[in-house]
Amino acid sequence: MEVPRHWRLKQQRYNLTGEICPHCEAKIFPPRDICPTCGEEAKSLYTFSGRGEVYSYTTVYEAPSGYDQDSPYTVALVKLEEGPMVTAQLTDLGDQPVEIGTPVEMVTRKLRSDGDERGMLVYGYKFRPALRA
Amino acid sequence: MTEVVIAGIGQTSVGEHWDTSLRELAFSAIEGAIKDAGGLRPQILIVGNMLAPILSKQAHLGGYVADFCGLTGIEAISIEAAGASGGAALRQGYLAVTSGMVDAALVIGVEKFTDMVGSDIETALSTSSDNDFESVHGLTLTAQAALLMCRYMHEFDVPRDGFAGFPLVAHTNGARNKNAMFQKAIKPETYIKASMISEPVNMFDAAPYADGAAAVVLTRCELLPEDFPHPLVRIASSATASDTMALHDRHQPLVFSAVRLSVERALVHAGLAREQINLFEYHDAFSIFAALSLEASGFADVGQGWTFARDKTIAQNGKLPCATFGGLKARGNPGGATGVYQAVEATLQLRGQAGSNQVSFANVAMIQSLGGPAATAVTHILTKIG
Repeated sequence: MEVPRHWRLKQQRYNLTGEICPHCEAKIFPPRDICPTCGEEAKSLYTFSGRGEVYSYTTVYEAPSGYDQDSPYTVALVKLEEGPMVTAQLTDLGDQPVEIGTPVEMVTRKLRSDGDERGMLVYGYKFRPALRA
Repeated sequence: MTEVVIAGIGQTSVGEHWDTSLRELAFSAIEGAIKDAGGLRPQILIVGNMLAPILSKQAHLGGYVADFCGLTGIEAISIEAAGASGGAALRQGYLAVTSGMVDAALVIGVEKFTDMVGSDIETALSTSSDNDFESVHGLTLTAQAALLMCRYMHEFDVPRDGFAGFPLVAHTNGARNKNAMFQKAIKPETYIKASMISEPVNMFDAAPYADGAAAVVLTRCELLPEDFPHPLVRIASSATASDTMALHDRHQPLVFSAVRLSVERALVHAGLAREQINLFEYHDAFSIFAALSLEASGFADVGQGWTFARDKTIAQNGKLPCATFGGLKARGNPGGATGVYQAVEATLQLRGQAGSNQVSFANVAMIQSLGGPAATAVTHILTKIG
């Protein structure tokens, strides 16, 4: 049960909170203390909108332990509209085929269970096709 | 700085060695390498290994291997760089000898995948990725390769069988390598019909993980025995480079910058031009890695790496022979041992001892070991002396 590790990351996992660089205005996710664009110190928090589009995707048939109950599942590289890219599962796909460029939006879902009934549930971001009004 | 030569090489066959433990596997290759080196005793042992702490519940491999191989007392450490552990260990051995601080270095790459089975192996392998932001989402190394392959095929309009040439050539070469895991050529139709592991990566786009150990003894010329029976092979240069850990943080995901940097550094250091390379042992853990490595290494233009497979440029009699003993795909992918297998195979080529796998006019070989989707790249250039 890796409670401390997951607890530390809850702002990122539930909220998509990253950073904005005060020097060059680059948006950073996940947070890191040095801006990857300009190399200066970046520690100001920034919460992303959760909107993005699919950069690439794949359906996983041979899952690691802890994920086999949900397999097959689709995992993707999602380019957030503010710039950074994240790795996440796609969910609520229904019969819709995924394509590169499909607009998606963030939702909070269970990522995995830690084995037995008394194990920890890990929640975090997944992305679903953006719902049209 | 001292010139580093390869005094001895040793390898086990790559496969499922149920009967052999991690120690015994390492000893087998080490015994072969030291004998090949005329009994030269090393002052330092460097172990390249990726996953023993998880798969075999055994860390501290420096002491572990030195002890079992009768080398207690020498300097012994373990090096880890995910799939590049073998290449990284080789670099440490090179640095030790070229610095003049040791007379001889013994580099061993060893991996035992079969100490566990099933999904626990995928979990262990995912320690090569960013656990907090990649692995936690159920991303496997195969899925990472699939994300790259999907995007690549989309951007460059690659047909469904565009990558078939990579496993085809690998298997043709592996069929002639008695140490290879797969010693059977495959037909183009087999590629098209293969089942998906992580779409679009099918069974033939992914190298099999297996057990294996390979070792080399490095030293300087004057210390070779008088009656040294082999043509001399030197490590002309060695370079390591890093890229962002997570695939999603890459500036350009389809460009293996770490490969590009390590190749540029290695060429400059060796004083050689790319055109002088006669064969390339790339890290074809996945066929997309082979394509991207060819591009980032500067052999193929961006988006054209796959054509080297289509046009069989990489075949034994092609313009740039690759995977000459089967590569990771057919010889097998013994994790942290892979980089050292590449050194052993390149040495056989340069010595003219490659048998039916022999590449004609083999004078300069480039070998390259990758960690993850090239978050780490280790490139070595080996050349024949005289």
